[in-house]
Amino acid sequence: MTQIDSISLDLDLQAIRSQFPILSRTINDKPLVYLDNAATSQKPRCVIDTLSDYYGRYNANIHRGIHTLAEEATLAYEATRFTAQEFIGAASAEEIIFSRGTTEGINLVAYTWGRQHISAGDEILISGMEHHSNIVPWQILCQEKNAVLKVIPVTDEGELSMEVYKSLLSEKTKLVSIVQVSNALGTVNPVKEMIDAAHAVGAKVLVDGAQSAVHLDIDVQDLDCDFFAFSGHKVYAPTGIGVLYGKKELLESMPVFHGGGEMIKEVSFEETTYNDLPYKYEAGTPNIADTIALKTALDFIQNIGKATIRKHENELLAYATTQLESIPGLRIIGKAKEKVSLVSFVVKGIHPQDIGILLDNLGIAVRTGHHCTQPLMKRFGIPGTVRASFAMYNTKEEIDILIAGMHKSIKMLS
Amino acid sequence: MSQQAILEIEKEIIEDFALFDSWEDKYEYIIDLGKKLPVLDEEHKIADNKIKGCQSTVWLVAAYEDGRVFFKADSDAVIVKGLVSMLIKVLSGHRPEEILEAKLDFIREIGMMTHLAQTRSNGLLSMIKQMKNYALAYQTLQGLENK
Repeated sequence: MTQIDSISLDLDLQAIRSQFPILSRTINDKPLVYLDNAATSQKPRCVIDTLSDYYGRYNANIHRGIHTLAEEATLAYEATRFTAQEFIGAASAEEIIFSRGTTEGINLVAYTWGRQHISAGDEILISGMEHHSNIVPWQILCQEKNAVLKVIPVTDEGELSMEVYKSLLSEKTKLVSIVQVSNALGTVNPVKEMIDAAHAVGAKVLVDGAQSAVHLDIDVQDLDCDFFAFSGHKVYAPTGIGVLYGKKELLESMPVFHGGGEMIKEVSFEETTYNDLPYKYEAGTPNIADTIALKTALDFIQNIGKATIRKHENELLAYATTQLESIPGLRIIGKAKEKVSLVSFVVKGIHPQDIGILLDNLGIAVRTGHHCTQPLMKRFGIPGTVRASFAMYNTKEEIDILIAGMHKSIKMLS
Repeated sequence: MSQQAILEIEKEIIEDFALFDSWEDKYEYIIDLGKKLPVLDEEHKIADNKIKGCQSTVWLVAAYEDGRVFFKADSDAVIVKGLVSMLIKVLSGHRPEEILEAKLDFIREIGMMTHLAQTRSNGLLSMIKQMKNYALAYQTLQGLENK
């Protein structure tokens, strides 16, 4: 790497932090140390301003009105679609469906493509590290259709066994629905390799990008996944907005999901014809403000650069891992070779919840519990973990505060 | 023992907590209570006695003797167990009607409401409801016997 490259990849942390108003909050008279980014990221000022600007200046219903406000709102709303398209490398903007979030995106596929294509005896393959939202929709579908849900096992290191995965694939496999990055372990799964193997047996692949979209460069065309879902609120955008990507030919051939306004072409009491993509899947007045703010958030990330962010986050991951491992009795759950900036751990003889309560008193926000991955916790034989997850604005000093907090909590609880 | 007794115990707890100047002292006291609470026999740790929170679990058993309800409980998390210990101290050994009338304001007074508000993460609020359910059941039972 040349010197110029290394300079250009260094994040101006103070400048970044100053753009997130919430980071100047105090909790219990201590500065907030926010390490729960895998649950939701904080929002930069520009995203917050976008929301108030929309409501204060051009709030209107979109796609229908002929007045100025409606036109401005429609243009801003549709601009997000192009930005989202670029963000994940989709071939066309019609392949970008706005949803409430990853969960709704997965459910949309389960209730439309799933109902159309899954029948008795078919197999759907998921992994042992899925979030409940990538388990339950498929369970519902399999029960309804008498299909079989199969699970790729997780190794002790917290990786997926590729050997077992390939042995599970057969012509019965109709869908592989897989998380790209585990929310509980931080593992980055080799989805490209998995997609190729699935396609070789004729299966479609949905990638749950809830955790990956904020950390990794996403190129759905390079991955060749059939569906990709992610949530706005984990990429510095507001809650209640997400994106479902689907290959155009698939989305076109799938049945509709929600019926209502916007998703129709012609309605009579005898028959309704449906709108073209992407509107076919966007019934009703959408979440306009948050969609517009999603663009601001994605632009914000791209302006800093994912490579720059990744470099900083990798440093945080390495530092946190080393520091946490030096704590006696602490065991990191998830030691995959490829991880994002997230560390899950348990401490011998101490319930994760007790640690979470004490850390909160120190102003440190972590997540404790099963992280909506109960089967994964069962696999590791633990009730849950403490999870510290880092974003672009976190610092090594904050990790030092976490480590000091851990020492203090363990002392109080032992 | 009358309703006054429950309030008396609550008052004592509030007075104890008033002596602590830091959150550390407060939580160390609760952790200590949790550790000192006798472990519930494994035979009682069955599904019927389990009050499952999203993160931690509480087990609760009740017995009725001489018109009074006695509680025993346990939790897998020590801070919750400390709070459980206080609830037992306040409610156990009283008549059903006294338990049913108890408002348990001490929880707010000692700044522990936040743990009750987290209904999903621990079974504390459900535990209080369950203690009152037992009291109601025993009260009903007694009413039937007296007829």
